[in-house]
Amino acid sequence: MNLFNIIEEIENVDPEVYGRISERRDVIKNITSFGSKVALAAMPFAVGAIFKKAYAQSSSTPSVVAILNYALTLEYLESTFYNAGAAKGTALIPAAAATNYFNQVTRDENNHVTFLKAVITSLGATPVSAPQFDLTAGNNQGNGPFKDVLTNYQTFLAVAQVFEDTGVRAYKGQAENILANKAAAEGVKAGLYQTVLTAALSIHAVEARHASAIRSIRGQNPWITSTATVGNDTGISLVNANYDGEQNVTQGGVDVTTLKSFAGSTTSVSIATAAFDEPLSMTQVLAILQGSFIVK
Amino acid sequence: MKTDSQESMLNANMARRSFLRYAGVGVASVGLLATAASCHKDHKITPNPPAGTIDLGASGDLAILNYAYALEQLEAAFYLQVTATPYSGITSAETSMLTDIRDHEVLHREFFKAALGAGAISSLTPDFSSINFSSRASVLAAAAAFEDTGVTAYDGAGYLITTPAYLTIAGKIVSVEARHAALIRDLITPGSFAGPDVVDTTNSLNASASIAQVLKIANTYLKTKVTAVNYGYASV
Repeated sequence: MNLFNIIEEIENVDPEVYGRISERRDVIKNITSFGSKVALAAMPFAVGAIFKKAYAQSSSTPSVVAILNYALTLEYLESTFYNAGAAKGTALIPAAAATNYFNQVTRDENNHVTFLKAVITSLGATPVSAPQFDLTAGNNQGNGPFKDVLTNYQTFLAVAQVFEDTGVRAYKGQAENILANKAAAEGVKAGLYQTVLTAALSIHAVEARHASAIRSIRGQNPWITSTATVGNDTGISLVNANYDGEQNVTQGGVDVTTLKSFAGSTTSVSIATAAFDEPLSMTQVLAILQGSFIVK
Repeated sequence: MKTDSQESMLNANMARRSFLRYAGVGVASVGLLATAASCHKDHKITPNPPAGTIDLGASGDLAILNYAYALEQLEAAFYLQVTATPYSGITSAETSMLTDIRDHEVLHREFFKAALGAGAISSLTPDFSSINFSSRASVLAAAAAFEDTGVTAYDGAGYLITTPAYLTIAGKIVSVEARHAALIRDLITPGSFAGPDVVDTTNSLNASASIAQVLKIANTYLKTKVTAVNYGYASV
């Protein structure tokens, strides 16, 4: 990473960059006069802190880099899961299913990891490293509720479905946060907001394609069909939190069950819930995963 | 990686759009003046947007929501026809899935209609003459085109939305469209739910499309053509 190039790059699109980091202006401009190898070695951290401060949003809204690192963490989980499944070969995944489904999905998740790492790096930030995972959801005990996940194909499919549906919900939950960072993103680089949001929406759509396909494989509806009280249609009550809120029928302040349907003047709860996927917040997702799939 | 070239391409689009916005305003003014002048003289200048079309109107959230409304109208009309005149050899599973999708699309249409209220564009008249509704292959190919186009449309226009709640609602709908798309594609060819024609093989991003690109496709299925002068799509 060349720090000087990063500053120059930012200055190209944001002439105010030195003003934004005014209290450190002299440090940046006189960076070469430090003379101390120790200080230079510490610079990546110092610059990271400066950027964080210069482009920080209110504490309730994570920065674009924080959102991208969060997405990367989820992609690490998915890619680790599918790679572990693929390593088992036909002992776990039937050859036909591997060809028609798992090879494609595994490649997509690995590509998402590579893509997000590259985007984060291109923004002058550091991609988070993969946390430790326990695919049995046992928080490093390897003996969690899905302990046969890599030996029982049906368990593997069920966990895959939950990961994909949760991935869709997690990405959806960040769209507003990316919008809240619009000005900051444009300040770093013109067009950055459009690029990041469009990329996030594009990955979101791919996760939805995966979720649809794996649901079909499991003999479920490709869409999440909730009841008035329970969002989870998987039949696995352990993952209720992953589907929490899917039973919502109010969109934009309108109870959509009051809108007319093909058959009449109202719409059923099953159609109303299936026609709209609901988001999960970062807090909700981390609460679900940390201490189970992500070792705490 | 692709980001740099994507960004420069997007920037070029931005620049062109800005230009077209100004150009559009200019031409519209000329058009108005010409209309006024034609009371006296026999000059005819093609108005912009073309007569008989429905324009999404001034840029902003209203235009983007109307854009979504136009696409949902088209999809709803298509599935209403599919379920009214099922193709030969349709299975009960296919009937069930296509009926569900019809109901989702009708609800999306009704939702946008209700949300837009007086600001909604009028009801569009579809033209499905290119689709053979008695042929499974023809119907599913059209369905895949509608769903894949819907996903690229929402993904490509998301950044134009300025109200956070609207962006989330668009997100709630686009993933359902992607679920539809994956199902339909798998009905045509098993394993094609995220094929290389819709999801690139390097970064595994779903394709996204501009309003102009999407409306060009949508208009081939519409008797009432939709234009988006302020988004660089004035002719049909």
